[in-house]
Amino acid sequence: MQVARVVGTVVCAHKDERLSGLTLLLIQPLAKDGAPFGRTLVATDAAGAGVGEQVFFVRGAEASFPFHPRTVPTDASIVGIVDSVYT
Amino acid sequence: MQIATVVGTVVATKKHAALEGAKLLLVQPHTPEGEARGPVLLTIDSVGAGVGERVLVVIEGKAAGDALGRRGAPVDAAIVGIIDHVEDTTFAAVAPVEAA
Repeated sequence: MQVARVVGTVVCAHKDERLSGLTLLLIQPLAKDGAPFGRTLVATDAAGAGVGEQVFFVRGAEASFPFHPRTVPTDASIVGIVDSVYT
Repeated sequence: MQIATVVGTVVATKKHAALEGAKLLLVQPHTPEGEARGPVLLTIDSVGAGVGERVLVVIEGKAAGDALGRRGAPVDAAIVGIIDHVEDTTFAAVAPVEAA
């Protein structure tokens, strides 16, 4: 999992029907100091996050696990909203 | 998932049986601002996208197999949505890249 910031939203009227009802958010992964690190990506939201919030997300086949038993074709999902980070 | 623009089509008469009937499209991933990044990818299309359209691409084997509706199909990238709008709070302008 990685920490990221939600920086935007993505709207797709025409999409795979198994993505219906899910929120697609544009996220920017963050480095330890909270600075942007790496590429932005689009993730499905399983935590009820909003733009500007710091979140953590999971990549890969595990990204569809939060929606079980639905089969959702996603490769990145937001699974938590970060309250605070101590380093 | 990545934001990408469809830049071409691929026709393959001879292919793995699990790919029969799949539509193959070439996509160029890019930033929300439209700057190309990374190599062009060959994807299977589950939503009826066309050349020049901005799309949402999953780059992961299981998700791509799910999009195709065939578990265990030898695919690792699939188009799962046609993008209408991206609202990026870090940049104002958002435009699709030119098709090749």
